[in-house]
Amino acid sequence: MSQPRAASLLDFRQCMLDAVLAGFIALIVFGPMVGVVLDGYSFTFHAPRLVGLILAVAAGRFLLSLLLQTAPGRRWAGRFNGDSGGVYVRPAHRRSRLRWGLPLILLLALLFPFIATKYLLTVAILGLIYVLLGLGLNIVVGLAGLLDLGYVAFYAIGAYGLALGYQYLGLGFWAMLPLAAVMAGLAGALLGFPVLRMHGDYLAIVTLGFGEIIRLILNNWLAFTGGPNGVSVPSPTFFGLEFGRRAKEGGVPIHEFLHIAYNPNLKFVFIYTVLIMVVLLVLLVKHRLTRMPIGRAWEALREDEIACRAMGLNHVLVKLSAFTLGASTAGIAGVFFASYQGFVNPTSFTFFESALILAIVVLGGMGSTIGVVIAAFVLTVAPELLRSFAEYRVLLFGVLMVVMMIWRPRGLIRISRIGVAVRKGVAP
Amino acid sequence: MDSSFLQQMFNGLTLGAVYGLIAIGYTMVYGIIGMINFAHGEVYMISAYLCAIALALLSFFGLHSFPLLILGTLVFTIVVTGVYGWVIERIAYRPLRNSTRLAPLISAIGMSLILQNYAQISQGPRQQGIPTMLDGVLKFHIGESFVQLTYTKVFILIASLVGMLVLTYVIGHTRLGRMCRATQQDRKMASILGINTDRVISWVFVIGAAMAGLAGVLITMNYGTFDFYAGFIIGIKAFTAAVLGGIGSLPGAMLGGLILGVAEAQFSGMVNSDYKDVFSFSLLVVILIFRPQGLLGRPMVAKV
Repeated sequence: MSQPRAASLLDFRQCMLDAVLAGFIALIVFGPMVGVVLDGYSFTFHAPRLVGLILAVAAGRFLLSLLLQTAPGRRWAGRFNGDSGGVYVRPAHRRSRLRWGLPLILLLALLFPFIATKYLLTVAILGLIYVLLGLGLNIVVGLAGLLDLGYVAFYAIGAYGLALGYQYLGLGFWAMLPLAAVMAGLAGALLGFPVLRMHGDYLAIVTLGFGEIIRLILNNWLAFTGGPNGVSVPSPTFFGLEFGRRAKEGGVPIHEFLHIAYNPNLKFVFIYTVLIMVVLLVLLVKHRLTRMPIGRAWEALREDEIACRAMGLNHVLVKLSAFTLGASTAGIAGVFFASYQGFVNPTSFTFFESALILAIVVLGGMGSTIGVVIAAFVLTVAPELLRSFAEYRVLLFGVLMVVMMIWRPRGLIRISRIGVAVRKGVAP
Repeated sequence: MDSSFLQQMFNGLTLGAVYGLIAIGYTMVYGIIGMINFAHGEVYMISAYLCAIALALLSFFGLHSFPLLILGTLVFTIVVTGVYGWVIERIAYRPLRNSTRLAPLISAIGMSLILQNYAQISQGPRQQGIPTMLDGVLKFHIGESFVQLTYTKVFILIASLVGMLVLTYVIGHTRLGRMCRATQQDRKMASILGINTDRVISWVFVIGAAMAGLAGVLITMNYGTFDFYAGFIIGIKAFTAAVLGGIGSLPGAMLGGLILGVAEAQFSGMVNSDYKDVFSFSLLVVILIFRPQGLLGRPMVAKV
């Protein structure tokens, strides 16, 4: 390391050299892929966008070099490596500022279906499904520190569980809701038990493989799952009342029962209402779990596995409980997704879906509940609003993951926890 | 031994040799920084595009003789893919050297999404292809039936063997290889002894990417077509090969690749080719459960 110069003297020559080098590397990297576009066995040149890209890289590198030579820039760069702390502990008796906002948000959420249009309602349902998925994966990745890349497989088990359960066994929405959670949890336990005994990184690749196995089986087993054509899913019912205009085989449509006019949104209103109840329930359970010994064990295991085992924690069972719980949440989300779409096919359960849920957890903050809820809405609703950038959606997710890991590996919102105060009359 | 068995054996060996080449990238990176480089499959995918681009460019400039064409394509693809490996390490992994255990894995997944979408945007979502370069076939008669060895496949086998031999020499007998082995054994000690470990890690990524580049050219020659999604499946399979052979072990990666290729070819020949990917992934799960250290690897010991 050379001695830093006086802060006022900027070394422009060095910046230029860095910029030229970066531009040269950009030429090698982007030159063939961006500048030459294949067209059958021949090709076409696309010089303008290549030059633009190279200039952008060189200019970016120039500015970065310049920034790193100034004192504030160095301080800014120094912050990148300061990720030592785990959980931020707040002083005891501190009340969250959210405690006034939360009931308001809840009220708005419950009133939402009565004011929203069908389009808004469907977007909100999709957002809530991803909230559920994000919360489930947050238990696995955020709290327990296990990287699950085949999370979508459990989602698929829930969705196909409803579709195939109806087709072969006549099971409906309400029967499948708990059953899907059990099925997905069981699949998670069966997969997780042998794998969780081993080195942590292997779990990622095994779950990735498992996700692909499930998708390939759904795609190839034509006789059972309908293959790429998918399976249709029945509409949910409410105590036997149906949401269609006309009831099937002797049922009663709900608008006739209540003597109101038929409204095609009713099905979505119903799904939204049940979904928001389930999301609130999961939020409550997660909130409680993180304060119970099992939740503390998850986080402790994430921070230092060897220390935990030395303290006598059974690391396999602790990890397995997180993995299974996460999987069953995905199963429930799958049931909602299937009844919301009215149809399932394997294209909804690709690796990209797992990556999207992971992006939600990463952006929201590993272990942070509020962060995940916000991130789920941002990442699912934003693409709806920014249709013109749809092509760059995956690219943005990827950049988001890399940048977040470098900038804030623990997410935008850090986990914080209210400290414990010593009670009066108890010896310290 | 019937001819179909021998035919699948040969197909499996060519496929497996290529898996082995890609598995080298996984195993070297894992050995040196203990991280699964999820973006490695995507590096192979990029190299398939680069191979097609090099072929198109070279034929545009009037080069048509096979040896020159293939040599030019190989050199171009391997060099550019190597630069890709360097850039990926520099951007996505080096800033995370001292971060949490999960951070580089997530960053690698981000990188693989970036590379996939980058190829899709820059080259378009449709399937791409290259013309057949090497025609002709060797036929061996066995009784009534015969075994076909296409020249392309023979070339693939030879080229990947040469690639592996060169790599074995580089790792075993050069200064760079010695530095790689030292860094793999003990990074802190190596840096105390004056090895620039950051540079060695960069070189490992470059070597891994170059091997993936070679594999990209060879697979593209064999199948003729590819798309931006091609890296995903091949990536998992090559990782399976690396785990099968014992992750961190170079001969293990090559052996694991060959075994996986042969097993997969025999499975699709005898049972069902629709489920050959399911078979490979199940094999991965089974190996990890019953023999996580692989065939040639040493069991991992947690160090405090």
